Amino acid sequence: MSLDKDQVQHIAMLARLRLADEEFTETVDKLSRIVDFVDQLAALPTDDVMPMAHPLNQAQRLRADAVTEADDRDHIQQNAPSVADGLYLVPKVID
Amino acid sequence: MELHAQTLTDLQAGLERGDFSSVEITQALLDRIAKFDTDLNAFITVTSERALAAAKRADEVRSSGDNGVLCGLPIVHKDIFCTRDVTTTCGSRMLENFVSPYDATVVERFADAGAVVLGKTNMDEFAMGSSNETSFFGPVKNPWNLECSPGGSSGGSATAVAARLAPAATGTDTGGSIRQPAALTNTIGIKPTYGRVSRYGMIAFASSLDQAGVITRSAADAALLLGVMAGFDSRDSTSIDHPVPDYVAGLNGSLDGLRVGIVRQHFDEGLDAACADAVRESLGVLEAQGATLSEVDLPNLDYCVPTYYVVAPAECSSNLSRFDGVRFGHRAADPKDLLDLYCRSRGEGFGAEVKRRIMTGTYVLSAGYYDAYYLKAQKVRQLICQDFKRAFADVDVIAGPTTPTPAFKLGDKTDDPITMYLNDIYTIGANLAGLPAMSVPCGIIDGLPIGLHMVGPHWAEETLLCTAHQFARQTDWHMRSPEAYR
Repeated sequence: MSLDKDQVQHIAMLARLRLADEEFTETVDKLSRIVDFVDQLAALPTDDVMPMAHPLNQAQRLRADAVTEADDRDHIQQNAPSVADGLYLVPKVID
Repeated sequence: MELHAQTLTDLQAGLERGDFSSVEITQALLDRIAKFDTDLNAFITVTSERALAAAKRADEVRSSGDNGVLCGLPIVHKDIFCTRDVTTTCGSRMLENFVSPYDATVVERFADAGAVVLGKTNMDEFAMGSSNETSFFGPVKNPWNLECSPGGSSGGSATAVAARLAPAATGTDTGGSIRQPAALTNTIGIKPTYGRVSRYGMIAFASSLDQAGVITRSAADAALLLGVMAGFDSRDSTSIDHPVPDYVAGLNGSLDGLRVGIVRQHFDEGLDAACADAVRESLGVLEAQGATLSEVDLPNLDYCVPTYYVVAPAECSSNLSRFDGVRFGHRAADPKDLLDLYCRSRGEGFGAEVKRRIMTGTYVLSAGYYDAYYLKAQKVRQLICQDFKRAFADVDVIAGPTTPTPAFKLGDKTDDPITMYLNDIYTIGANLAGLPAMSVPCGIIDGLPIGLHMVGPHWAEETLLCTAHQFARQTDWHMRSPEAYR
């Protein structure tokens, strides 16, 4: 097993994912198998190779920093689980 | 020929002649969906009323003579494309009730061309899967054998087209998600060059790999639709400004002198023997039309799948961080604090495979592992891309099998993620290198179809479509349909 329970717990926390107890054992097993599988990349020498971020090796196109969208807040917030006065509501963060 | 059995091109001609109306086509297909989809589960949402209203408008517009290229023609959209006023679930509980405030560019372009949308198709959750079994809305069945998977992630789209519930469907392809289901359902699937079709409003899985395409029953239909979808869009920063040729006009080119590359490793162990024979026979068909076959080497081929399973999860973990239970999507009940809100909303909203991919991505991007995994994979990706570049100096198309086997049984590969991942072994390279690729029906083995896979250099969609069209003129595989759905 390349990953142990504590590591998986840490990854789940970094990813902000609560795993149910019954999911947890299976996740440790399957994540370990995935990590073992991708570990084979280490065998390939890549010292002088440029990492590739874009499949056509293109740079991200830039545009003028101008407002192009109209205000559509009410429409957009129809998808929000909890709003008031145009603001998104979450549990209290600061006392 | 009955309306449901006709291709888009047939229907277009029929509408033009006045043989039938768009309302008649739409009603006939909606009736079929109502009859068959309880078993097939190809649709997440059927938009009957909207479709009939759009068809009625199309018929009116047509009689006035001012109509778009797809006026009154039915299509279905994979439920990954945002549609204003209709839910867009991406196959996830997370977005079960999500109604996008805007249309994806692909959706908009089809609407502007006059297409009639019948509904939104089922898919693996967030397009992460190769069997449609990760959908929150249940697996899609393969119309060739209901015990089998139609492949994924665009399995609903493929099944809808194969079962004659719609003549054409949109799909997306991050590692084979258009081509693999096309192969397993005897349909045609094309994934264009990265940047060819706008990703605006297409829910992101892995942004450097995702590309939209179509699933159809003829190369001519794929050419017709690609012409509508393709082209620059300023709202997608990865869209590339490159001229869009007339794909339909390009279909009638000759294969005489076409240089077809064959990769020896494609025929190594792992490929079903009957599949290998069918693919070799298909290559013979191309040769008989004047194509020349030669061997090409892709030395880093074996590294494609592991590279993908670092890059794609990394990008997915970043893209899916937007689902936080605050602005849209599933929110857990009674969160005790903000952290609990995030963790439980995401834990409940995402299914097991999506969680695994997010966690794999989180791991390979985390402090101490970034260089060993993510940076390493980006370097290997460069090598894979260079392999293709070298190969395309000598050949116009690389051809081989789309999948190692015909459709597998539902439940067969869900225990081991690696077994499932390896199903995309022949298709993933095209995504890593951003190349256009296509799957074309090329055989039926024990009642289950398989596909011939073709990859071209960047922007070679025309060559692929022409080759597929000419191949289909010499074979009748694409005409075969599952018996219960003729």
